[in-house]
Amino acid sequence: MISTQDLTLRADGRLLVERLDWRVNAGESWCVIGPNGAGKSTLLRTVAGLRAPDGGSVALAGKPLADWALPALARERAYLAQARGDAFAYRVIETVLMARHPYHADRYWEGSDDHAAAEAALRTLDVLHLAERDVRTLSGGERQRVAIAALLAQDTPLLLLDEPANALDLAHQVAVTELMATLCRAGRAVVSVGHDLNLAWSGATHALLLMGDGRWHAGTTREVMRPDLLSACLGHPIAAIAHGARTVFLPDAPQSGAAVTPIRNTP
Amino acid sequence: MLGVLGLFALLAFAAAGLTGSVAVPLADLPQALASLAAGEPDGMSATLLDLRLGRASSAFVTGAALALAGVMMQALVRNPLADPYVLGVSAGAAVGALAALLFGAALWAVDLGALAGAVGISLLLYLLARRELGGLRGGARAAVRSGESGVLLLTGVVLASACMALVTLMLSVAPESRLRGMVFWMIGDLAGSGWRLLPWLVLLPALLLALRRARALNVMALHADAAVALGVDVAFERRFLFLCSGLLTACAVSTGGSIGFVGLVVPHACRYAFGPDHRILLPAATLAGGGFLVLADTLARTVLAPQQLPVGVLTSLIGVPVFLFQLHQLHLRRR
Repeated sequence: MISTQDLTLRADGRLLVERLDWRVNAGESWCVIGPNGAGKSTLLRTVAGLRAPDGGSVALAGKPLADWALPALARERAYLAQARGDAFAYRVIETVLMARHPYHADRYWEGSDDHAAAEAALRTLDVLHLAERDVRTLSGGERQRVAIAALLAQDTPLLLLDEPANALDLAHQVAVTELMATLCRAGRAVVSVGHDLNLAWSGATHALLLMGDGRWHAGTTREVMRPDLLSACLGHPIAAIAHGARTVFLPDAPQSGAAVTPIRNTP
Repeated sequence: MLGVLGLFALLAFAAAGLTGSVAVPLADLPQALASLAAGEPDGMSATLLDLRLGRASSAFVTGAALALAGVMMQALVRNPLADPYVLGVSAGAAVGALAALLFGAALWAVDLGALAGAVGISLLLYLLARRELGGLRGGARAAVRSGESGVLLLTGVVLASACMALVTLMLSVAPESRLRGMVFWMIGDLAGSGWRLLPWLVLLPALLLALRRARALNVMALHADAAVALGVDVAFERRFLFLCSGLLTACAVSTGGSIGFVGLVVPHACRYAFGPDHRILLPAATLAGGGFLVLADTLARTVLAPQQLPVGVLTSLIGVPVFLFQLHQLHLRRR
């Protein structure tokens, strides 16, 4: 669905990702893992087309991002930003209806089909009762769920989410993770950035590790989410513990004379 | 909703036509209007109506342009407390107009000076903050999150204060005889303005174009740069907003001087009453702004009749308490 070729990302002259060759297919759920400042959000913004690559290229459905018309692109991929700054007093339902924007360039008002899509999305995220509220009065978690509902209403084959679990309580973190897994089984593709390894392990099929110095590892979660790689990536020893049929990731106590050294070194 | 505002505007026109130092009796209205429509005002009532409606139409188009520009500017900088003057357009116009007044130029030259000043400062601002307005897609290097960094706003404010320094300089060297006219221009005054075509030629297309992209403006107001993800060409819309609000403001200030607070209070009040949806907000603010300024101008020439007050005094006197009240309300709700 989306593929990158030799994609290189920089921020403030620092190399974040070097020559990334990456391919996300329909039905796959990818989690992007890496330490703070490793370029996870930058990668997502680049893949969403909100930012030009510093090298290499990104293609959606085989066509370079720059060649896509913006409205057509908006019907192919949805993007959840990490933070929301609400300057105006829009109602919750209005913010979700706006996600239908790419579908009716010639209409002034939304139709009943848009209202149906918006309400279904709000119901899925368990926020339909907030529909008439001013978005600025919502709690952080409620606002986050409304934003994810808007993403659903955009109804795209590819969803890019920057820390979707942010500010959510435990129950909703699990619910959102399961929702994304369900969407993938229905043939969509999801790429999400997250810091919770256990959520990533339970929800994702694939993982992309950004090491923070340009290096990266991509593959299925089984291939990539190995304690040694994760420890090197996150700069802290991590243990994977079998718990019945499940695997649980825990931060390990740092050993003396640590085998693991932080890999984030600034030039 | 819009019907009510339309009615309000019409009533404002009627009030403007009928009241004044010499009242026009209601009974004379049909006949006077008929002779006006025929193009040859005869009789006292018709002449008065001609003068007053001409002035009222100027007031309407000025108020409407300011309110519309205010809505656009607030969407552009994503701050509901911005006004059309915040980027220094009026300060630029003041420099032009006051320079013309200082050299004792004719009235049309003053208007021209104001227009030139407003356009000049807009161009300068555009050049300085081009990258920010360029936003995404426009420039390949879009790492700067435009709109969030405030470069545009800050540049505008700094340019405005530079212009105000020039204005103060001119005021301090101006001869006594010209000072009064200059001060009146600064406050905003519609006395002596009659039927004008040009502001309408800017206002109507600007409104129509803005209505066409009202939905995109909503998306931008909500998502800022991330509006790109919903298919909105943010860079293009930003330039459109900048250009349109600049033109509207330039037209307004060259008609009536820098009339304060219409561009801030009217969009704000409309947002408060009708919500932030630009599809309603744009036409509502245009009608309300026009009607409000017609009423304010009518008041300005009647409260101390036959003495005329500059209309800017009244709009600020009404505007400041209304604004403070709303600001307080907003603060209470946010807590």
